[in-house]
Amino acid sequence: MRWDRHSACRVFSLALLFGAVAYAQADPTEVEVLPVQGNVYMLASDGSNVTVQVGRSGVLLVDTPAPHMTDKVLAAIRKLSDQPIRYLIDTSVDADHAGGNEGIARTGELPSDIPLVNTPGATAKESVQILAHLNVLNRMSVPPKGQVQVPSAAWPTDTFSGNEKELYFNGEGIQMMHIPAAHTDGDTLVYFRRSDVISAGDLFDTTGYPVIDLERGGSLQGVIAGLNRILDLAIPAHHEEGGTYVIPGHGRLCDEFDVLEYRDMVTIVRDRIQAMIRKGMTLDQEKAARPTLDYDPRYGATSGRWTTAMFVEAAYKSLKK
Amino acid sequence: MRLASAISLLLLVTLIAPARGQEIFSGIWTSLRQEDSVERGQGPELGDYLGLPINDAARLFAESWDSSRLTLQEHQCRVHIVPYIYFGPLNLRIWEERDPLTQQLTAFGNYINTYEQTRAIWMDGRPHPLAHAAHTFMGFSTGEWEGDVLTVKTTHIKQGWLRRNGLPESDLATLVEHFIRHGNYFTHVTILTDPVYLTEPLVKTQDFEVATRDPGNWLWPCEYVEEIAGRPKGEVPHFLPGENPFLKEFPQRYGIPEEAARGGAETMYPEYQKKLKTMRAPGVAK
Repeated sequence: MRWDRHSACRVFSLALLFGAVAYAQADPTEVEVLPVQGNVYMLASDGSNVTVQVGRSGVLLVDTPAPHMTDKVLAAIRKLSDQPIRYLIDTSVDADHAGGNEGIARTGELPSDIPLVNTPGATAKESVQILAHLNVLNRMSVPPKGQVQVPSAAWPTDTFSGNEKELYFNGEGIQMMHIPAAHTDGDTLVYFRRSDVISAGDLFDTTGYPVIDLERGGSLQGVIAGLNRILDLAIPAHHEEGGTYVIPGHGRLCDEFDVLEYRDMVTIVRDRIQAMIRKGMTLDQEKAARPTLDYDPRYGATSGRWTTAMFVEAAYKSLKK
Repeated sequence: MRLASAISLLLLVTLIAPARGQEIFSGIWTSLRQEDSVERGQGPELGDYLGLPINDAARLFAESWDSSRLTLQEHQCRVHIVPYIYFGPLNLRIWEERDPLTQQLTAFGNYINTYEQTRAIWMDGRPHPLAHAAHTFMGFSTGEWEGDVLTVKTTHIKQGWLRRNGLPESDLATLVEHFIRHGNYFTHVTILTDPVYLTEPLVKTQDFEVATRDPGNWLWPCEYVEEIAGRPKGEVPHFLPGENPFLKEFPQRYGIPEEAARGGAETMYPEYQKKLKTMRAPGVAK
């Protein structure tokens, strides 16, 4: 059926007639605070999510809000804990996840340096430790030509280059797992083992198709591998519901089943594009064939930061490599 | 004297007659299995989208559907979402939750034996969850009385299916229900709105009968197993567009024009019968 203005009016009229219920729209200028489970909270602000772990040892954040939302997010964190922010983990180099690094880092600074007792004369700054995969530091410290360098206060202070880094904080083990060549080449999944919560960053986005940043080393296969890794880690509580919770980079709080449907979608689209490539179809022919048609009303976009056309093009180029 | 007698009689009647309250739904109910028997049994045929206000996206989703997807471990214990679960072969127990101090109705509890689902219909005026809150198979429901009709509104439902032949329902769908009691029966009206896959609300009704004996079968354990040995990790069964070999079986078996079998809002309305007469139907397969 062709979707036109008359159709939209008819749906609207019928919805009124039958008393349809509508979702309350999130206010992008406010911070939505959701207790997830255990020590972990999800803070949603202006489209991006920040994961917060609180406890007696302090506060740990996964990702930052956009700079213009930093003060509001910090105010929300202060309602959860009066302890200092000790750690910040970046799941990727993206500005919408690491763009607030500098502002968050400065919250941990003390007015004066601390003398190191075992090294006479030496001092250290007390600040928030920023943890990330090595490739995040590489890309922040050496930006592409023509782009402004990120201030050094925003750079990771501690990196890892292997597949995994571990941390024990607030009484629980925290695993940072690198997913190679996925959304970018510096993606990290963060798993809070006792709280049983995974912070997925942009490997998982319930508001749109996954962003495959080819220029920063991303790939479609890597995104799928990351989603499969989340499925391996997550254990549902009862009949495929609850249990491990997953905080996406953007969008609503999820569990394994939600990731499963998203993984299925990305895999099916991958298979369709791959089949078209095997038939020798060009990118323009692929776009015209609309390999995402059944998912476009849910995840597609014709404008904004990541359109359907951009996703199909990135997927095509990624699979052609 | 007459006036005094009349007042006395009126007082007596007022004291003796019970106050008229809302309908009582508490008890055990069974679905009438002759209704929607296909849905309650083997499930609909592949390619049967008749009478459903679906859009092109929903149609492609269903045409790509391969039921082998249900052999994937994470799919094996998936639950029918709330707009669909009442159309299963279910036993339904409804009870009231009341504040112990005030005896005000807080919620109706529903226990649905299919997949052991417990659902709360909140009657205390609480708001629906925040926009970013998690979704569940039963969603989040609030109810209110409209006369004797219990009207329930549900949001935060997981993605699921409209029918078990692959027709999808998105996680942005919302549901309005009316529970209408008629003696030993109640009619359950569901009005589903899905901005992703439906072009118009989908309205369905069904009936439940009060059970006079405990029907048993309250458990529905599910534990996933490896159903397909050696399947490559991450494989998702599906048909590529245009390659599903089963879609023509339904129109051929019943002599229905293929275009009609593909559904759409138009096929819901009586006027469509006129258009049907102008279409060419395939011969009925023997």
